[in-house]
Amino acid sequence: MRSIRKAATAVSAVLIAAGLLAACSTSPGQPDAGGKTAITVVSLKPGSEQSAFDAFENQVKQFEAANPDIDVTSQEYEWTGPTFTAQLAGGTLPTVFTVPFTDGKSLIERGQLADLSQYVRAFGYADKFNPTVLRSGQSADGGIFGVPTAAYGVGLHYNRTLFKQAGLDPDKPPATWDEVRSYAKQIAERTGQAGYAQMTQENTGGWMLTSLTYALGGRMQVANGDKVEATIDNPGAREALTRLREMRWQDNSMGSNFLYDWGSINQEFAAGRIGMIMAGSDIYESLVQQNNIKPADYGLAVLPLAPGGSAGLLGGGTLAAVNVKASPKQQAAAAKWIDFYYMSKFLKQDAAVLDAKTLSESKQPVGLPKLPIFDKATLDQYNQWIKPYVNVPLSQMRSFNEGIFDQELAGEPTAHTQEMYAVLDTVVQAVLTDPGANIDQLLSTADSDVQAILDRG
Amino acid sequence: MRTWVRRGGLSTLVFLLPLLVIFGVFSWLPIVRAAVMSVQQTNLVTAPKFVGLENFQSVLADPLFWTAVRNTGVFALIALVFGYPIPLVVAVLMGEVRRFRGLLSAIAYLPVVVPPVVAVLMWKFFYDARPDGVFNTILGWVGLGPYRWLQSATTAMPSLVLEATWAAAGGTVIIYLAALIGVPAELYDAADVDGASIWQKIWHVTLPQLRGVLLVTLILQIIGTSQVFLEPFLFTGGGPANSTLTVLLLIYNYAFGSSLGGDYGAATALSLMLAVFLAALSAVYFWLTRSWSTS
Repeated sequence: MRSIRKAATAVSAVLIAAGLLAACSTSPGQPDAGGKTAITVVSLKPGSEQSAFDAFENQVKQFEAANPDIDVTSQEYEWTGPTFTAQLAGGTLPTVFTVPFTDGKSLIERGQLADLSQYVRAFGYADKFNPTVLRSGQSADGGIFGVPTAAYGVGLHYNRTLFKQAGLDPDKPPATWDEVRSYAKQIAERTGQAGYAQMTQENTGGWMLTSLTYALGGRMQVANGDKVEATIDNPGAREALTRLREMRWQDNSMGSNFLYDWGSINQEFAAGRIGMIMAGSDIYESLVQQNNIKPADYGLAVLPLAPGGSAGLLGGGTLAAVNVKASPKQQAAAAKWIDFYYMSKFLKQDAAVLDAKTLSESKQPVGLPKLPIFDKATLDQYNQWIKPYVNVPLSQMRSFNEGIFDQELAGEPTAHTQEMYAVLDTVVQAVLTDPGANIDQLLSTADSDVQAILDRG
Repeated sequence: MRTWVRRGGLSTLVFLLPLLVIFGVFSWLPIVRAAVMSVQQTNLVTAPKFVGLENFQSVLADPLFWTAVRNTGVFALIALVFGYPIPLVVAVLMGEVRRFRGLLSAIAYLPVVVPPVVAVLMWKFFYDARPDGVFNTILGWVGLGPYRWLQSATTAMPSLVLEATWAAAGGTVIIYLAALIGVPAELYDAADVDGASIWQKIWHVTLPQLRGVLLVTLILQIIGTSQVFLEPFLFTGGGPANSTLTVLLLIYNYAFGSSLGGDYGAATALSLMLAVFLAALSAVYFWLTRSWSTS
């Protein structure tokens, strides 16, 4: 009996010791396994089609063939505020990841991005960037910490099939906000679907209210020397909210769901239950990869801008960045990946053709409207190179492609952007769910709440 | 020492060790860490800075704090008024049924088996505010509605409570059913002899016999509803216009609301305040009800 107990004690002691040792010896990644430099890179959004992942893996193989000393592992990724914070704090971000323009400056100031200046200079296009676009990835002294890979402008996405059912001409999208309102009403009355819908959750409500405010001539922040002032209580924002209120409560043309975030509004739109939405001009790719939209349904128009000099189109974009905790070798390899996957296609014909060919072979969208991250001539050249492979219904995006370069682009507010958007979410939700919401009061409260956030620094 | 080892003290310790390690690392250590972080300013990347009680002050000064407290109180109250008696009524009724009791318990327990996220997504579909949404269609048959459910600040919170009650009732029903079996049959026989009606039997026999269990389930429900997170997070994200922002959702927003490293100090400070409040509430509750307790 006693010997059994002794044996059991010994065995369990050994097991526990082994377990503890195993727990202690797990090291975070092995950067230089087998003589190769290992990096992890973000791939596509979770839930994307298998064929999209296949295309991505093909590009990884092409890269590894050209760089036999680098081993690339891909990781699904979708930038959202909460998940990014957790990954940043937990130190689990991959070697290469992407962030929106609005977060670039703060991440750089806090020392959370690796300095890529020397690599980008070596690639030879550091001076070719559109300076306004590059600035979001630069430190105060001009170092490049984030490489702009894509820029978008907010566009008006509409469902051509619903337009037809409502007796509207799908080739003539609305050109003013009054038309948006009357079209929405017509769609709602004749099809029973929401004529127009707006994002309201997870900071997207603030993002889209800001877009609408810009389009109507308002601005949400003004830099005043070193200080940033909240200007949320402005006539543009008041008009934006008043228009939303009229569509919601007078016309009843906004459907019945007022709690949408980026993912859920895309889903409803792709399913043909919404006539028009405002969103970044780049969502078609995701509508195809994640929501399986029917291409024939889709139309993209420029966002109507109010007449007068102050109206602007909200634009933003994506920066590719490298984990500051990566070893110098990994950082160099990561920069090569950024050059290969995101950048070189815009500047080199063979890279552009290879990229477009790989994507089109897997039936992934090629030829979507883009805004220039270099200059317009470079973008036009790129569009020429990929022309044989274009498989998106470009004629249905003509309004956007033709009109976008005449619009005044305005960057997103830069100080505490996401926190400000969170405050504005509440404002939009209140207007859309409460018929008695007091717009003036909501704006003045939001203004002082955001000012308090800005003052905290 | 020798006798302690000979009596098996060592093997006791060794067998206890895995449990101690697991609890220590995954339960106690995070609690201690949270307490430490509540007096620090930290983004978990750069070195933390000691700030004393500043986090607590900033939480108390946040207007959303009182919104969250009020919303959580409303949720707990509606859940108490409607959610607490329902399982008891169901259990007592089921206790009266002689046949198919197993089947009925299984049906009552089924919602507990459905994964919570699946349940919420399913209910979100039911709550569709269009006139042809599931609930609106059903209520339309009897001339009610259409209601806006989650899309209005006044009906959003009751809608969350409805789902939460549906999801949790089954577990409590099973506890009550088990307790009902423990009520001695002689008591009912004696009541019958005295000519008691069914309501008198429930009031004078069943409820007093269940009071020990009822007391525990009540405080467990209060603690549970004070920590409600899943429903507001998945149904409404705290909206419309913060009408379903609860204390736990606010903690989550403090920690993860900004993409640039959250305010972990405020998040842990509020967590600690909630823990202390619930501990104090439980202590007062057990002290006040000690004379009714069966143990």
